[in-house]
Amino acid sequence: MLPALPLDEAGKYVAAAYLVFLLLLLVYVAIMASKLSKIEREVVEIAELVDRKTADPPPPPPPAPRAKAKAR
Amino acid sequence: MLVLTGAFAMVFFYAPLDADQGFVQKIFYVHVPMAIVALFGFVGGGICAVMYLRTRETKWDMRSYVTIHLSVILAVGVLITGSIWARASWGHWWVWDEPMLVSFLIVFLLYATYWPLRFSLEDKEKQARYASVFAIVAGAFVPLNFTAVRMAEQYIHPETFATTTGGMPGKFALTFVVALIGMTLLFFTLVKYEMASKHATFRLRALRRKLAGDDDDLMLTGRSAAPQL
Repeated sequence: MLPALPLDEAGKYVAAAYLVFLLLLLVYVAIMASKLSKIEREVVEIAELVDRKTADPPPPPPPAPRAKAKAR
Repeated sequence: MLVLTGAFAMVFFYAPLDADQGFVQKIFYVHVPMAIVALFGFVGGGICAVMYLRTRETKWDMRSYVTIHLSVILAVGVLITGSIWARASWGHWWVWDEPMLVSFLIVFLLYATYWPLRFSLEDKEKQARYASVFAIVAGAFVPLNFTAVRMAEQYIHPETFATTTGGMPGKFALTFVVALIGMTLLFFTLVKYEMASKHATFRLRALRRKLAGDDDDLMLTGRSAAPQL
């Protein structure tokens, strides 16, 4: 093992190590945030899809054959 | 985050300077907790995989997947911070005849194959089963590997929990324990967030399929390394 580094030289290594940890955490949080915004977009799309489905009621069923009416 | 911030404040304002290494030893408080949490995370992933094989419930496969995912991210941090510490203490970025470094790299590379393995299997049930077997075997390898390294004769890596040399003095130990608790809490918080994100994604997909009136599960999801709920 080398002798202990002076504070001015050791400081940059210590700072680098803690910055690596912070950077990893920030990258992870940024990725999670982008996933969250994707989920948000999907929620909006699904809400629009539900709105469209409720606005356009399904077409009425075809009328039953009027056999009796024709017979008259 | 609060505990971890407190721990880092203790590192710089409470813990004394190490007599041998001086200021560089402060890296210890971020490097070692990350390594311990990552290794326990790998073992935890194996335990979740055992639970999946016992119950066949997809939530256990998801837990195993997320735990291993976060442990690999921490392992990247361990390798980088360890390399920085090695450069400051030993004068080299990497020492190939140091068992602890090489064994950790082997564990990291082993787990790096987890995603290709999952991605290579299209059938979701088979994917979960094979990935669980992998997680169990690799999870068992982690403590075995650690024990083997501790027993190795050629040893220059400092021991964290050495009992023969008296262990860590009080202020060092307290700072280290707080940092370890902080890192563990951060890990569990991130696991919880990632699980919630995955659940939300899959529920939304299921809802979209239901609305579209599509019953075929595989048509919209496609191939993915992540488990499907």
